[in-house]
Amino acid sequence: MREPLRTVQLEVNGKAYTVTVPVRKTLADVLREDLQLTGTHVGCEQGVCGACTVWLDGEPVRSCLLLAVQAAGHRVTTVEALGTVDRLHPVQEAFWENHGLQCGFCTPGILMTVAAFLREHPAPSRQEIREVLAGHLCRCTGYQNIVRAVEDAARRLQARRT
Amino acid sequence: MTTRWLGAPIKRNEDPRLLVGQGLFVDDVQLPGMLHAVVLRSPHAHARILRIDVRRALEHPDVLLVLTHADLPPSLREPLPKLIPHPDLKHHKTQYTLAPDKVRHVGEPVAFVVATSRYAAEDAAELIEVDYEPLPAVVDLEDAAAGRPALVHEDIGTNVAAHSVQRVGDYEAARARADLVLARRFVVDRGCASPMETRGVVAQWDPRARQLTVWDSTQAPIPIRNGLAALFGLAQKDVRVIAPDVGGGFGPKIMMFYPEEVLVPLAAMRLGRPVKWIEDRREHFVATNHERTQIHHAEIALDREGHILGVRTVFLHDAGAYIPYGLIVPIVAECTLPGPYRIPNYHAEFRAVFTNKTIVSPYRGAGRPHGVFVMERLLDLAARELGMDRAEIRRRNFIQPHEFPYDVGLIYQDNAPLVYDSGNYPAALERALEAVDYPRWPEEKARYRAQGRRVGLGFACYVEGSGIGPYEGCRVTVEPSGKVYVATGVGTQGQGHFTSLAQVVAEALGVDVRDVHVVTGDTGAFGWGTGTFASRAAVVAGSAVHLAAQAVRQKALQVAASLLEASPEDLELADGQVRVRGAPSRSVSLGEVARAANPLRGVIPSEWEGPGLEATRYFAPPRGTFSHGVHAALVEVDPETATLRFLRYVVVHDCGTILNPLILDGQIHGGVAQGIGGSFFERLVYDDSGQLLSGSFMDFHIPTAVEIPEIEVIHQETPSPLNPIGAKGAGEGGVIPVPALVAQAIEDALDDLELEILRMPLHPDALFELIQKATRRGS
Repeated sequence: MREPLRTVQLEVNGKAYTVTVPVRKTLADVLREDLQLTGTHVGCEQGVCGACTVWLDGEPVRSCLLLAVQAAGHRVTTVEALGTVDRLHPVQEAFWENHGLQCGFCTPGILMTVAAFLREHPAPSRQEIREVLAGHLCRCTGYQNIVRAVEDAARRLQARRT
Repeated sequence: MTTRWLGAPIKRNEDPRLLVGQGLFVDDVQLPGMLHAVVLRSPHAHARILRIDVRRALEHPDVLLVLTHADLPPSLREPLPKLIPHPDLKHHKTQYTLAPDKVRHVGEPVAFVVATSRYAAEDAAELIEVDYEPLPAVVDLEDAAAGRPALVHEDIGTNVAAHSVQRVGDYEAARARADLVLARRFVVDRGCASPMETRGVVAQWDPRARQLTVWDSTQAPIPIRNGLAALFGLAQKDVRVIAPDVGGGFGPKIMMFYPEEVLVPLAAMRLGRPVKWIEDRREHFVATNHERTQIHHAEIALDREGHILGVRTVFLHDAGAYIPYGLIVPIVAECTLPGPYRIPNYHAEFRAVFTNKTIVSPYRGAGRPHGVFVMERLLDLAARELGMDRAEIRRRNFIQPHEFPYDVGLIYQDNAPLVYDSGNYPAALERALEAVDYPRWPEEKARYRAQGRRVGLGFACYVEGSGIGPYEGCRVTVEPSGKVYVATGVGTQGQGHFTSLAQVVAEALGVDVRDVHVVTGDTGAFGWGTGTFASRAAVVAGSAVHLAAQAVRQKALQVAASLLEASPEDLELADGQVRVRGAPSRSVSLGEVARAANPLRGVIPSEWEGPGLEATRYFAPPRGTFSHGVHAALVEVDPETATLRFLRYVVVHDCGTILNPLILDGQIHGGVAQGIGGSFFERLVYDDSGQLLSGSFMDFHIPTAVEIPEIEVIHQETPSPLNPIGAKGAGEGGVIPVPALVAQAIEDALDDLELEILRMPLHPDALFELIQKATRRGS
């Protein structure tokens, strides 16, 4: 049996792409293989670990649970659009400053969740931070420095606004 | 004043690229014409393979290659190499590249499919027909040891791979004169590391250059290179193994070999195209090594003042289906058990036993949590029996600070005598007890009790063997740009080597740590070394880095002395310059010194020992160095739901000289989280047919940010005399005492029930049962 393909338009990080992909191919795989955006990582392929989190129309989603064809017509944002080495996003700066990552595999997904979370909750409590992070698994940090980093990121974003 | 880099909480050099998604993990490697591989695995724990038919898979239009055992070259039809032999390991059975006639655990590789996409390869794997004749599965460890219900390897006539005994003094004599002898059966069950990145291998073969390049998520790229060269008949120089960014390791990513590490290069060479294999999470649970199952029959003999006269442990170690890694885990367990205590008479005896389960090799802790669990539990129960305070019984038995070096009397995993190099065990305990206000705990506990809350205090002590040999090496090069390049063989899986090793160099050369670029885990950059395991990278590689950097420093002084017409003794290194002390205008940059050290014409003085501002040094420690610590925690138990909540968690940690406290704290936090997971949340559960029932993140509960508490870390620094930087390992201390602590805290919280917690991991239903049973007993 031949693989059913479909050609779709994807808007990723503000750029328009036309890709012809197997209909069953996940958004995560298309981002990584077809668009070479390897910052989005795949840790469990069943939506538990959160490493593959990207934004769909600005909202965090698991890209391992979405097919690429489902993302047609939506705005997809990946960690590559958050900041650059020379110009880190405040959330990225805060993770750097607070040693909020070790191996760095789960980090891009966490950054996407946290950046979206802080838009809606500019001054979260520590408990709220821990609860939002519960959608992500990290095996290196014990979460403590991630929590610190999110608190610091909230302060950095506040300082920017004022 | 020069900046001090060593010991400072420097943020990490490697972070910016990881934060923006520019890391390079194995699955990020993309090569033109790359193919994708899938492994067909055994669905049975124990079965004979009667027939394999791959014809339909080969007919799949996107399939390029299907391999079964019969398709392998003769060298790969043999069992894979025996990694670490031991005289007591009589039956060193190792795994196959692809199963020949029998499968011995669920997940064992049976066939290998290469196709144009991962999706197609998975489809094709489903088209392979395998006829199995299921055999009784060997699951229960005690049954297995008795040869029931079957033999995992029939040809050896037993399931016992090894029987090993170590003795110090005369336990039987000590027992005969004891006032109290207390014996219990302790069970530690299976767990696994579950790094967030699963395993992966990419291989590329260049037939013209006869060069094999392999990207591998391994903790030991150099041994993998050496092994691949041997298996494929290539020169070591023609095989390059790169462990790029590795998404967590924790032990199981060091093996030689996982079958895929051989199959992917083989397929790349057969097809002349790059091949990628990435393990999925479901595979990871059955195909990547596990650890932990041991059953200890342990006994302690004491006098009535609580002095330990002797300890005996006779235990079974579940090796899984094969035992490539040898006896490391049970040896580490028996050698960690004595811990910080003076034990004049000790009898340790184990049998390593084959079962039809995933292979066992070290996972963070590697036998240490088991040893500590048994020892600390024995002391807790003995204190209870003697009516003695649990801190006091420990105080009476501690090895004292003046007794180092202290010879425990055993032979450790590195085949060297187990000799503690330094430490201060009593001080660590007092610090921990002070932090949780132990003297006032009875009142505090009563206050919680009055509120209807069940809160217990637990603490546990441990000694962590680390920093073992044989050796690591390092090359430090200053380039004419003034930038410093450091190459070492140890890979990194998130431990921050790009920063901590750079700090060692920055300190020696007086350069900014951001100007020190560390390359790890690429055999093309540095080809000698063994790997990152046993909490040894900072100690052994760190010491090699220190020696190489000091050699470069000496050379920089020599070369600069001739440039500045000064004596080397009058020079100092700071801010990337070599300058005359007291006359900072007379200076040259390190880059200029590097250029002068590599002239196009002229003479190189013999004392320069060759051209360039570069040095390579090796460090081979005489034996391991021993970190230690004490954890203490307040744990609330809900007796109705049998759930736990950590109210406070304190770690007193002594790993010698601290290179970077930011990184060190991170190691400890992560270790504690894994310890908590492995004590109460994570379980690998097998049914009687050897099927893993908890093989997904829906069933194997890695704790989240909600379950893991804030962790307070208190540092104590007792430098090691065994290496030039005074460092000791820190990778595993976080995880080691957690099961012992959790058990003690629960018993304390529910002290009216007089529970005895003798099993780890515990989980809510097991705790609930214990509570129910005790309640029935009491009523």
